Amino acid sequence: MRQPLGPTTLFDKIWKSRIVMTTAQGESLLYVDRHILHEGATPLAFAALRVSGRALHRPEAMIGVIDHTIPTIDRDRPPADPQARAMMAAFHRDTRDYGVTMFGESDPRQGIVHVVGPEQGFTLPGTVMVCGDSHTSTHGAFGAFAFGIGTSEVEHVFATRTVWRKKPANMLVRIDGQLPEHVTAKDLALAIIGRVGISGGTGHVIEYAGSAIRALSMQARMTLCNMSIEAGARAGLIAPDDTTFAYLRGLPMAPEGAMWELALAHWRTLRSDPSARFDKTVELDAAELRPMVTWGTTPQDVVPIDGHVPDPAREADPQRRTAMERALEYMGLRGGMAVADIQVDDVFIGSCTNGRIEDLRSAATVLRGRKVAPGVRAIVVPGSGLVKQQAEREGLDTVFLSAGFEWRAPGCSMCLAMNNDVVAPGNRCASTSNRNFEGRQGREARTHLVSPVMAASAAVTGRLALVAPHEAAR
Amino acid sequence: MRAFDHLDGIALPLFEDNIDTDQLCPKQHLKRLDRAGFGDALFSDRRFNVDGSADPTFILNQTPWSRPAIIVAGDNFACGSSREHAVWALVDFGIRCVIAPSFGDIFFQNSVNSGLLAIQLPRQQVATLAALAMTEAGKPWRIDLPAQRIIAPSHSTIAFAIEPERKQRLLAGLDEIGITLQQRPAIADFEDRQKTTEPWLWQANGN
Repeated sequence: MRQPLGPTTLFDKIWKSRIVMTTAQGESLLYVDRHILHEGATPLAFAALRVSGRALHRPEAMIGVIDHTIPTIDRDRPPADPQARAMMAAFHRDTRDYGVTMFGESDPRQGIVHVVGPEQGFTLPGTVMVCGDSHTSTHGAFGAFAFGIGTSEVEHVFATRTVWRKKPANMLVRIDGQLPEHVTAKDLALAIIGRVGISGGTGHVIEYAGSAIRALSMQARMTLCNMSIEAGARAGLIAPDDTTFAYLRGLPMAPEGAMWELALAHWRTLRSDPSARFDKTVELDAAELRPMVTWGTTPQDVVPIDGHVPDPAREADPQRRTAMERALEYMGLRGGMAVADIQVDDVFIGSCTNGRIEDLRSAATVLRGRKVAPGVRAIVVPGSGLVKQQAEREGLDTVFLSAGFEWRAPGCSMCLAMNNDVVAPGNRCASTSNRNFEGRQGREARTHLVSPVMAASAAVTGRLALVAPHEAAR
Repeated sequence: MRAFDHLDGIALPLFEDNIDTDQLCPKQHLKRLDRAGFGDALFSDRRFNVDGSADPTFILNQTPWSRPAIIVAGDNFACGSSREHAVWALVDFGIRCVIAPSFGDIFFQNSVNSGLLAIQLPRQQVATLAALAMTEAGKPWRIDLPAQRIIAPSHSTIAFAIEPERKQRLLAGLDEIGITLQQRPAIADFEDRQKTTEPWLWQANGN
């Protein structure tokens, strides 16, 4: 068993605290504190559990939401898609039969699994958290070890409350300095992935640290940790601090009173020792970062918004050149062209990456007093019912609607296009989501990953170009 | 889970990097309530045109590669989403082994749970195998898991490493949950300890 001696990282501490047992070969049975469910990945795991006749262990320490397949319009009617309807019905039945709290389509707390968990205080520091979704890394923003699992392991956690794992390696991403104006956590995430590559984090858990990280709000930290999986990492996390505790205090499922004080004392110990050793370290200077956009079909294909699409002819590695040519062909772009000349057809603001209230506020800053460019279809999908309510209290819905956006009901929506929110073949979308893979937002759909500010700018200009926030709107 | 011992069949050279799980099993297939039959979903957006006809430019639609048992792929195979459907699509299609320089972590974890052998080899060796799959097209390969050998055409044999637990699970087709439940006393002990050290995690979830 590889047991760290001396100074340890935050991840080492969480790992060690959750080991039930370790085999002679060094595989550990890891205790799972928090399991969060959604209708997209869970029905088949429930079906297998039913067949096995095994019990669901600790249903009271789980919550479920409907997010992947739910339509974002006409929510007073059942979804037209019979498969989505069947999935949702199965999830209703399973969570009811097994006694799991579930926020269904008419519950104001319904929303995307990785928005709802933190919002309810279900996500807590120092825990091991799993979900049948790769973007479970989001919850690492609270100093949790949170990762996505497949259906077989969802069933395994149902029955045993554990997973088998070998200990991943430690990777440190340190970012010091101050982020320039219009540079958000999303740009930070894209810059990191651009630097390390989409398999740069493989086999590692990333800890984000440094003064730029400390300065981020919890929502920004969630955006950053969310994208850890796009760097190939097992998980991403940030040591909990006063920002974390201020966010958590008073949330419906967070501890209260004496229990809060007890928890807080423990959570304050959750940090890497000053001389802790990391297997890999990457450092970035926040001040040098610019708003980023993807040009290709993986999240590592990034350039600054004022940059140019790279030219495959200038790529020395033949295999890389072929991949670039293929990506450019799919994206319908020419190597060497200015990013600002790329015209968009669709704009999507939402997802577990950028569907929180701060994301909607920052997009609205750009949209006040402006209009969506002719020919552009723009939709905004709040990450949860509570985000939507808050936005409506602040009048953000009016800002979006006046600009020409569609104001939708919460769900995963156009990030993975499992419902009807699909980008048409050949269309180009500026999207605040997390994956620009071929076909991700719809068959032959072309995705450019951007921040909410950039997405709003693209909606207004009709291009991948930044506009300054509207002075008159102040 | 079906046990894995020997595997005989042809190898598909698909030596591209970052073949993601959205390609392996596109999202439109994720709404099924039955684990069977995912073979139709495998690479469906690359195999079929919008009108449903086969796209002859995709290698899986070309003779002699249309029914492979093995894929020889590039770096970071099956990166992206946690959908285990990607493994089911491969296995249901008849592909029970993927050889690549590296894999997406979640897929690597999922693969063993559904009886697919993911073999990791140095990139240069994978490149050689991909070239061999191309030049010796359609000739039979054998994957010998007990001996940890790939027997490629022209009698070239390559040894591969695999963690003993993964190997054991694949060979036995074990019911993982049943095995873990044998540790129930250790899990209960852990829980009892945690109720003292982190009692706030044992309150009802606020509802």
